[in-house]
Amino acid sequence: MAELRIGRLATLAVILLGMNLAGCASKPAPMPPTSMSTPSTLSRETTTAPAVESIRPTYAGPWEDPASPLYERTIYFDYDTAEIKPQYLSVIRTHARYLGNQPGTRVTLEGHTDERGTREYNLALSDQRAESVRRFMLAEGVPANQLATLSYGEERPADPGHSETSWRLNRRVIIQY
Amino acid sequence: MSRHTRPPRLFLAVVLILASLGQAFAAPRLNIEITGGIEAAQPIAIVPFGTAEGLIPPVDMAAIIGADLARTGRFKPMPTRDMLDMPTTREEVDFRDWSLLGMNNLVIGRIEPDPSGYRLSFTLFDVFRGTELANSTLVSTKAGMRQTAHRIADEIHEKLTGQPGVAATRIAYITSTGSGADLSVTLRVSDADGYNPQTIVSSAEPLMSPAWSPDGQRLAYVSFENKRAAIYIQELSSGRRELVASHPGINGSPAFSPDGTRLAMTLSKDGNPDIYSLNLLSRELTRLTDHYAIDTEPSWSPDGQSLIFTSDRGGSPQIYRMAASGGPAERISVEGDYNGRASYAPDGRSIVMVTRVNGAFRIGVLDLARGVKRLLSRGDLDESPSFAPNGAMVIYATIHGNRGVLATASVEGGGSQRLTQDSGQVREPAWSPLKR
Repeated sequence: MAELRIGRLATLAVILLGMNLAGCASKPAPMPPTSMSTPSTLSRETTTAPAVESIRPTYAGPWEDPASPLYERTIYFDYDTAEIKPQYLSVIRTHARYLGNQPGTRVTLEGHTDERGTREYNLALSDQRAESVRRFMLAEGVPANQLATLSYGEERPADPGHSETSWRLNRRVIIQY
Repeated sequence: MSRHTRPPRLFLAVVLILASLGQAFAAPRLNIEITGGIEAAQPIAIVPFGTAEGLIPPVDMAAIIGADLARTGRFKPMPTRDMLDMPTTREEVDFRDWSLLGMNNLVIGRIEPDPSGYRLSFTLFDVFRGTELANSTLVSTKAGMRQTAHRIADEIHEKLTGQPGVAATRIAYITSTGSGADLSVTLRVSDADGYNPQTIVSSAEPLMSPAWSPDGQRLAYVSFENKRAAIYIQELSSGRRELVASHPGINGSPAFSPDGTRLAMTLSKDGNPDIYSLNLLSRELTRLTDHYAIDTEPSWSPDGQSLIFTSDRGGSPQIYRMAASGGPAERISVEGDYNGRASYAPDGRSIVMVTRVNGAFRIGVLDLARGVKRLLSRGDLDESPSFAPNGAMVIYATIHGNRGVLATASVEGGGSQRLTQDSGQVREPAWSPLKR
């Protein structure tokens, strides 16, 4: 059932991506979307995507489809903790299941923190966040060779503001395909 | 003119990184604004230096020396317009005049031509006693005149306070503009007064944690230019650099040992952020901590015998101390639910750190013998404190008008300044050692 749906929506994702090839980069919406994002929203997002993504070629996949369960690729955290909140376990499981069925697909778990606290401590904290998600995926049966981690600390905020509104969006691990 | 009007961004980023390696570019300088502390300062008159007939020096020596002394928070130079007289030789000095103007000290000087540039002589007087406290002659190239002024300021500072001055030292810092794909980050080094900024490395990916070698000749730093954190050591004079740590996971928090033979760092290659020491001669890597919590931000004691570091092993980030060879660690920060990024004062008696007070991240100095903490800053997101090499001031990063800027605070209280760049964010200052 899920696979069927993914197959159909992957086609749509290819079309949506085609409309945004110029940017050649993608990034999940700041918060889990509740409805379909329009191509213009996606296009706007490309301007804030980290350079690392604009360099690596992005191949079309179901994670690009706003209607796919794989579209939700960001796990948000509470302040100064690497503990995965219960509501994100299903998100990680969805990706773990997909990766289990796609041995050729690799993801990078990209850890981030908000700006509070010291920079090197935050680099270490973002590493622990990425590692938490990696360990959970390993426990869900994803082979280690499909998982990499990358830790940015507070150096690449999703939102540059200096209040909790911004901070909650910055304490995250992104599952990058 | 290139025929390729819009090079691909990847190409551009690579070119920018390559172009910046091995050579320094002039960059926008830091503007210093004194934000507090001149009320309690000692009055001093620095008379504009006399010059040989027809000689036009490239800089105003007296103005640079005055600004250097004012920045310490300990001196209040007299404005030139208030001077009744401008002596340039001892014979022209009338101590009664300067005494009536309330000056404790007086500096006069002369600039003469020299085959290599200029010959500068200056004299520092005690106005009340009418005596000479210092008298020196220095030779300077034209390009080195600002630096020569800083050296004179430091000599005056040392003579009057007993403590070396830091006007001739430098500051390393990180700047950034843009975000996402438009992020542009640089590591720069400028003179302590913000002049003469040089770009050491620039990148489209984050740069972090500049750390000086004890001889002031090299900087260690973290660069994400290869899409993940790695530690480099770069020689400033030649621009030559070396990749010293690029393990899986994080490679961060470089800190040179006081003798320059080892580099402490944080690696997570063994599954968790722990502290390691790299012998820079043998390249042997030694693991110093092994704990499931975060251990990071190592800093050496001045005698090289121990390291302090940040760990959340007790449930919140706190400062711990262990032997330089590793082993058991004792907690040394007592108050507060967040203490991090500590480093020793040059005399080893206190440490400066980031400490959270009622939700605000501030800079605090902890007296190790008495266990007393004193706050030096008043911001909400202050970080990255670094002692001046004479221990009198601390430079740190803060937010002002929604922008990242640098600030200094006198450890004894009083003097403070803000260092801003015309555009972009400035952060992670690291004050150089005295030698350069």
